[in-house]
Amino acid sequence: MTDAIVAEGLVKRYGSVVALNGLDLTVPEGTIMGLLGPNGAGKTTAVRVFTTLLEPDEGSARVAGLDVRTQADALRTSIGLSGQYAAVDDNLTGFENLDMVGRLYHLGRARSRERARELLERFDLVDAADRPVKGYSGGMRRRLDLAGALVAKPSVLFLDEPTTGLDPRSRLGMWDVIEELVKGGTTLLLTTQYLEEADRLADQIAVIDHGKVIAEGTADQLKDQVGGERLELSVATSAELTTAKSALADLAVGPMESDERQHHLTVPVAGGSAVLMEAIRRMDAESVKVLDVGLRRPTLDDVFLTLTGHHAEGEDEK
Amino acid sequence: MKLLQALADGSVVAKRNLIKIKRVPDLLVFSTAAPIMFVLLFAYVFGGSIEIPGMDYREFLMAGIFAQTVLFGATITGSGLAEDITKGIIDRFRSLPMARSAVLVGRTTSDLVNNALVIVIMMITGLIVGWRIHSSPLEALAAVGILLLFAYAFSWAMAWIGLLVRSPEVFNNASFIFIFPITYIANTFVQSEKLPSVLRHIAEWNPVSAVTLAARELFGNTSPLQTPPDVWPLQHPVLASLGWVVIFLLIFVPLANYQYKRAVAR
Repeated sequence: MTDAIVAEGLVKRYGSVVALNGLDLTVPEGTIMGLLGPNGAGKTTAVRVFTTLLEPDEGSARVAGLDVRTQADALRTSIGLSGQYAAVDDNLTGFENLDMVGRLYHLGRARSRERARELLERFDLVDAADRPVKGYSGGMRRRLDLAGALVAKPSVLFLDEPTTGLDPRSRLGMWDVIEELVKGGTTLLLTTQYLEEADRLADQIAVIDHGKVIAEGTADQLKDQVGGERLELSVATSAELTTAKSALADLAVGPMESDERQHHLTVPVAGGSAVLMEAIRRMDAESVKVLDVGLRRPTLDDVFLTLTGHHAEGEDEK
Repeated sequence: MKLLQALADGSVVAKRNLIKIKRVPDLLVFSTAAPIMFVLLFAYVFGGSIEIPGMDYREFLMAGIFAQTVLFGATITGSGLAEDITKGIIDRFRSLPMARSAVLVGRTTSDLVNNALVIVIMMITGLIVGWRIHSSPLEALAAVGILLLFAYAFSWAMAWIGLLVRSPEVFNNASFIFIFPITYIANTFVQSEKLPSVLRHIAEWNPVSAVTLAARELFGNTSPLQTPPDVWPLQHPVLASLGWVVIFLLIFVPLANYQYKRAVAR
């Protein structure tokens, strides 16, 4: 298997701001790479370098075997880009938007029209095809924008935060569409700040922070890096929390974390549900009233927190 | 072959912009409403107090109005591009294998078409308030041609600035502050020789004055009773206007292209 995207030591500076700080990335052909990071981490800058919108200051990148600097023209014929803005023209109809993109990919008049019809069908926009985009919902605009990226059947597809700003229902719809479309063997680089999205869609995840890939692997591998299971327990009073802590101490395989205000205890454990049952038994024996208890695998947010010292979502440092 | 492809790409983009004129007719209405208001204000409010030797003020006024109107029309190039940047449409275009020049060529071309429509509306307005063409149809066409050519060259300057500021709001405010003085410190609404000395020099060398006078002469809206100008651009206004067109294109086509290649949404 060859690699569809290869980046080595990419650096991009904006004045004193370092957007990319030696980014290395390899995406094998036909796979989905999730580029996960908070706002301002460099995700969009990376996509812009790969799609020839920006020239890197240092380092090199190849997409579909073509150099982003020296073979930009040829490269653009084999990629599709859908950005976070839904770059569609409000005053054109859905059909006119796609037809225009087809013409600019040089598909020719007849082929452009045919392709526009196909894509409108596929993205469930046939009824809205001849209405100006102005009246489309957020989800419809995103679908149209995504359709625009697929006009020339690109071998490498870039989706920059494809669901940012969508309501939960539209987001789920978008995920279905994306899953469907990569079944055909397209390589996809997807950026997201939503852990759930990367978890669901990506084969491989690269966690990016301050312009660098700080961890890479499948969702499971990343979660394992952070550690195994944890037992989470909530009780009603601080006294019970203290009792619980000492009763469970020997089940812990690492340092316990307790939140005195929420009366919440996190215990790293090994052994699965047997440990959970043992813990409940001990709480019962100590007459501690358990409000909530559960066994939980680390989430990608835990991965994030461990790797970067901050949470992935809810930050806006751009 | 490459040139043909570039022209084809440019026409696809121009078509896209022209659809907007059709779908949002308010745009054309409002880009002509302001100049029509100017015509009425100048013709009926100020006109009575402005003496132009040998002719009615309205005859004098219209060439100035045409020049101002097409310059404002040319600003659409800048605000349109700034808007396309903020909406991410330029990002999309730049990721496509289309000719690099197509967005700018398409944009300036569609704005030229828009300006042609606007100038027709303004000429009708002029005819209604009493402006007349006293020259041959060919000369009148040449006058329209020079106005449009100048506006086209000016479009490229607006393209550069629009790509530079990247915000349609900022661009609109900036162009307003800029275009008012350059269209007023000129021979557009008053005779430049009546201006105080410093302003008079600026007005005489202002490209807008050359274009206005060229149009005025070609429409036959001048009178032998007016003092002959003593600076070169106003003695040869047609030549000077064409010179300005060439200078503007030579400076701003490369600058706009350079800026386009590095334009990305924030």
